[in-house]
Amino acid sequence: MNPSAQKTLSVKTLQIDGKDVSAREDQTILDVARENGIFIPTLCNLDGLTPIGACRICLVEVKGARRLLPACITQVQDNMEVFTNSETLVKYRKMILELLFAERNHVCSVCVANGHCELQSMAQKLGVDHIRYPYLYPKLSVDASHDRFAADHNRCILCQRCVRVCDEIEGAHTWDTMGRGTSAQVITDLNQPWGTSETCTSCGKCVQVCPTGTLFEKGRASGEMTKREFLPYLTLMREERE
Amino acid sequence: MTPEELHKVAETELESRQQIDHTLCVCTAAGCVSTHSDKVKEALEKEIEKHGLKEKCKVKGVGCMGLCMAGPLVSVERTGALYQMVKAEDAAAIVENLGKPPVQRLLCDTAQPFFSRQKKIVLENSGVVDAERIEEYIAAKGYEALLEALTSMNPAQVIEQVTKSGLRGRGGAGFPTGLKWGTVAKARGDRKFVICNADEGDPGAFMDRSVLESDPHRVLEGMAVGGYAVGASQGYIYVRAEYPLAVKRLKDAIKQAERLGLLGHSIFGTTFSFNIEVRLGAGAFVCGEETALIASVEGKRGQPRPRPPFPAERGLWNSPTLINNVETFANIPPIIRNGGEWFAGIGTEKGKGTKVFALAGRVNNTGLIEVPMGVTLREIIFDIGGGIPDGKKFKAVQTGGPSGGCIPEQFLDMPVDYESLAKAGSIMGSGGMIVMDETSCMVDVAKFFMEFCMTESCGKCVPCRVGTKQMYQLLCKISDGTATAADQVMLEELCDVVKNTSLCGLGMTAPNPVLSTLRYFRDEFMAHIHDRRCPAGVCKIGKEQVATV
Repeated sequence: MNPSAQKTLSVKTLQIDGKDVSAREDQTILDVARENGIFIPTLCNLDGLTPIGACRICLVEVKGARRLLPACITQVQDNMEVFTNSETLVKYRKMILELLFAERNHVCSVCVANGHCELQSMAQKLGVDHIRYPYLYPKLSVDASHDRFAADHNRCILCQRCVRVCDEIEGAHTWDTMGRGTSAQVITDLNQPWGTSETCTSCGKCVQVCPTGTLFEKGRASGEMTKREFLPYLTLMREERE
Repeated sequence: MTPEELHKVAETELESRQQIDHTLCVCTAAGCVSTHSDKVKEALEKEIEKHGLKEKCKVKGVGCMGLCMAGPLVSVERTGALYQMVKAEDAAAIVENLGKPPVQRLLCDTAQPFFSRQKKIVLENSGVVDAERIEEYIAAKGYEALLEALTSMNPAQVIEQVTKSGLRGRGGAGFPTGLKWGTVAKARGDRKFVICNADEGDPGAFMDRSVLESDPHRVLEGMAVGGYAVGASQGYIYVRAEYPLAVKRLKDAIKQAERLGLLGHSIFGTTFSFNIEVRLGAGAFVCGEETALIASVEGKRGQPRPRPPFPAERGLWNSPTLINNVETFANIPPIIRNGGEWFAGIGTEKGKGTKVFALAGRVNNTGLIEVPMGVTLREIIFDIGGGIPDGKKFKAVQTGGPSGGCIPEQFLDMPVDYESLAKAGSIMGSGGMIVMDETSCMVDVAKFFMEFCMTESCGKCVPCRVGTKQMYQLLCKISDGTATAADQVMLEELCDVVKNTSLCGLGMTAPNPVLSTLRYFRDEFMAHIHDRRCPAGVCKIGKEQVATV
């Protein structure tokens, strides 16, 4: 946000969970909630990347709205009344997490990201302690063709963070999505092995932003894949330069 | 082109028709082409040449005449005789009887309710004009609405007429068209766009295809009027590549209109310019959702994005975009020609005008119909549709495709409009109507539509991607006879979460076929789950499973 634009932005006041808060008009419900210490769970969202509202974990109730709205992408409005933690929302969030766990293969004990996985910690936070849906266990490939990194599609939740960081921050657009429904998958280039990709700069940003153990550094054993929180720093630097 | 030139084209066309004694109209829309109407047309032409009637008789290809089950259809202009199930061998008899009483054995009764109970506005030219000749459309008052709008109305007046007409979006949701046009007109942007959504994907629906194949210029004219009203100079038609004939006729129509100056720079000598391009869809159902469609037109992966912002504010290339369905645009020229009040006089209080429906399934007269809003389902299915074949009993009618629901017998006398269909647990949708009789199993129907939604989910949001898959598997279990009562509870729970948390309309409405069948045919689900039996005898429930109960 450049300083001149900031001046013209008007300020809105709204209520989140009964608490009066103020916000700039370009802020989202999620931004304001976080500023005020109100927790809204998120998965696909990551500061510094364009929000896409795909995971549906951050849905909130807004008084007067016909539908639940994703907090990560919905801009604030004057006199909005937002509820982030109703019984229905808690139920839906848990169900969505259950659906994600049942979709592919999320066995934490043998995962490189065990203990550092956002899906895992979100389940702990929201109290998802068992999965009622049958596991779908599709047979998906592991791409270990890259020198330094590997991609285990069985762990992917299709948050598209890798796709966005590669396109928006690195500017390479190596990652993209192909296929529909549960057959959708993230791919490198035109579904070529990662190691043969001509666009990949091997910067590793995708590995760093991956919330699960899908993208990882080679040589990491179970629980050893830790992440650095470099993206917020990178974004801040860019904003200041502008 | 000047207004005088437009009228000259119409006059020349009408005069040339005076020279012809008999015109045979052969349906060349996809329905009749599939039963070889092209061969019939060839045979008729040969026969006319053989009889040396070339100067006095003409064979022309026209659009859909509606009664698709009786195709190929051939009509005789002026006398109004309609021949059904015509074969190439029948050409001789037809030509020989020109100017004499028609061939009895081929005659189709045009006094039957199928024809007499319809009211045609969108389809007024379907089956009448040659879709491949712009002159025919102009002779049928074509492009007069555009002329009137450009030369004697300002954009605000155009929008006023559309608002007055009470026209609502024919794509399914029924958003007031005038309001949408007004919003796009008011939206700020350096450039604006008009998009016509012709990505018709509901199983059993073929309204838009028929309109595009039968009368493509009507849609182009509607779009151009829309462009003038909202201040756009570029339009796109997003049409699925599975409609090759519609695509060909559209492209030809655009070329013809450009050649006559009805599209392009300074139309009718005014400062208004408007161009239309065709964009082909690769067959993803989700691309009928407006934000996914816009992404696809931009050349991106066809995935929806959350709304707001709505396309009216930020659409194609982030510019304000007017996006309407084929049938909505097709309604525009008559509204402008006859005025909004004329249109508002047709239909019901909240549903104005007519609606085109594609009648399919277990009904005698399958085909394309157009009826005023407010007629009852009974009139549509039993009078116009001619009832259920083979003396079977009516069970349900599915409207709105995978986003809609199944309406049982008790609602047959309900007038058809947006609100009443929604009250009955379905939606108006784009106009697909699949009639089912007692031989259909409702669990099987729900499973079919769920499979459709599951394979057509784009995969972006979790509830739609995984929820539809889980629901499909549960429905498979129910139809196999292996489900338990707990499975049914889980199914209903999944319906709730998918409906309320999905990102776009596809996911939000995906549970509708399950919810509506559960609402009206719960006993059938119960029979599958508790008695391990399919009342309609459709689902294969294995004997050994029964034994283990």
